Amino acid sequence: MGCLSVMHYFLNEQQRMIKGLARRIAEERIMPVRAELDEREEFPWDVMKELAEADLFRIFIPEAYGGLGGGCLDLCVAVEELSRGCCGIAVSYAASSLGSIALIEYGTEEQRQKYLPDIASGAKLAAFALTESMAGSDAAAIRTTAVRDGENYILNGTKQFITNGGEAELYTIIALTDPAKGARGASAILVEKGTPGFTFGKKERKMGIRASTTRELVFHNCRVPRQNLLGREGSGFIITLKTLDRSRPGVGAQAVGLAQGALEAAVAYARERHQFGQPISSFQAIQHMLADMATQVEAARALVYAVARAIDTGVKDYTEAAAMAKLFASDMAMRVTTDAVQIFGGVGYMRDYPVEKMMRDAKITQIYEGTNQVLRNTIALELLKRKAKPE
Amino acid sequence: MNIVVCIKQVPGTTEVKIDPQTNTLVREGVEGIVNPFDTYALEEGVRLKERFGGVVTVVSMGPPQAEAALREAISVGADQAILLSDRAFAGSDTLATAYVLSRAIARIGDYDLVICGKQTLDGDTGQVGPELAQRLGIPFVAYVSKVEAIQDGQMRVQRLIEEGHELMEAPLPCVMSVVKEINVPRLPSLRGMMRAKGAQIPVWTARDLDIEADRVGVAGSPTRVIRVFFPQRTRKSQMLEGTAESQVEQLVERLRETKLI
Repeated sequence: MGCLSVMHYFLNEQQRMIKGLARRIAEERIMPVRAELDEREEFPWDVMKELAEADLFRIFIPEAYGGLGGGCLDLCVAVEELSRGCCGIAVSYAASSLGSIALIEYGTEEQRQKYLPDIASGAKLAAFALTESMAGSDAAAIRTTAVRDGENYILNGTKQFITNGGEAELYTIIALTDPAKGARGASAILVEKGTPGFTFGKKERKMGIRASTTRELVFHNCRVPRQNLLGREGSGFIITLKTLDRSRPGVGAQAVGLAQGALEAAVAYARERHQFGQPISSFQAIQHMLADMATQVEAARALVYAVARAIDTGVKDYTEAAAMAKLFASDMAMRVTTDAVQIFGGVGYMRDYPVEKMMRDAKITQIYEGTNQVLRNTIALELLKRKAKPE
Repeated sequence: MNIVVCIKQVPGTTEVKIDPQTNTLVREGVEGIVNPFDTYALEEGVRLKERFGGVVTVVSMGPPQAEAALREAISVGADQAILLSDRAFAGSDTLATAYVLSRAIARIGDYDLVICGKQTLDGDTGQVGPELAQRLGIPFVAYVSKVEAIQDGQMRVQRLIEEGHELMEAPLPCVMSVVKEINVPRLPSLRGMMRAKGAQIPVWTARDLDIEADRVGVAGSPTRVIRVFFPQRTRKSQMLEGTAESQVEQLVERLRETKLI
């Protein structure tokens, strides 16, 4: 299948390899099962196994721990191609990366040795848990506590809407080690599935990305050893911000891949669907929609890749750029998938065709890992802060 | 358990052109893929290696660009690959090809099992496997759909035949051809692709293989393709009339007349 992308992004050899392989997996192993997994809301374990065998979980893990030491762009091209097949499956993969970022960046040598090889091989999935029922965009309002008791922390509280919840073996939990200090008293703590006192709530029934699992994590006097603390006590909020900065281009890549899939479906359908005795692709109304869709996808891809590259070249502060990549690409994906349904017309609304699923899947990219409203705040804040300084 | 898998690079399209001079396929400018039937042979070789240990060596006879097929084989688990390439091999039919492969496998020497796909997508003859076994002087088992057991120098396999499955035992070493029911070939892995990229693939020529010149290429190929054409489809239709019963009778009558039943 030809790629409709007109641009050349000068990917290096490893990135081209990743892109080609992820595309093949998407076409041969994901597209044939995506509708059924979506319909049955079934976690894609078979596909996760394929991704593991293809070494895709190694991309985001350093070489010292069995990974390939790939950068942000390496992960983005993988996520993009998988999302072109199914965003629900791609997010299950990407969430394992999200759940590993804090461990990679702030973990001790011992912690990394203990956990990263199994994540690299795909034997275990990881997850990141910040959100609570009263703490969504207002992340500082979290109430889950991790109180020191000798050599242990005792966790209490409930995390909500956790991607890979119940499926992952390793969780990075943001909890208050010093509740009196609020956000400054938050810490990041590793908790393994199976730890006594750590259970899962019911599986959420979602609008889109239904192959992925979203659950509550419930902590009731859950004891974890002190060695499971990531970084210092009180650094949980900084770790959270850095983790999300790092992962946002990946959400942008999900949106780009998803929209690319919708664009390709729309182009193919416009060519074959005949009305008034001619293919609907001959109508300028359709042509202009397709042209706008293609332009938007390419603009978003260029932004996502540029930000990922900047991160890989070692730029220190990329909060604003990462927020832009996620914001722009996800708003784009919502528009493009909605237009794809429009081009399909009546059948586009039916579950027999893939575009209605893409439209449902697109919505979440505007919401998770920072709603697009919060991201606009972030961007504006950075922008105004910077412009306030004399040139 | 050392395994040799024979693969062929074939055109990755059904829109091939035929050279009007030689009546053979025009391979230039057509993207090559690993013959799909050979991917099952390769996967089975890698799985048997994973079960019993040993080395999987992949061989292919073809032009220099067939190296790409061999690299792909390494990316999905083959340990080493050898390209059999020489101008003298050009135009070889199945007999000459089997001869070249047998020389290469004899040179590899230490092998327990040779696996081939049941046929190629382009030639479609299915002859190279059995001819190769004949040349090597070892048994041949065709259309294997499952390897049940390998022990004490014996292999027990299921083969797919028209009426069902046949259970068969063969002593090792032997040559077997496999059908697509035998497995689902894995996709490459990133580390496999990196290994494939850096792999050294030796090229063995006619001289390396001690090949007798008149047994390869066009000179060594008794098969001649006289003409390649699309068969003409002719259809004659006839409407039967009357009651359903009499129509059935008429139909049976016609089928008897034409000796179809």
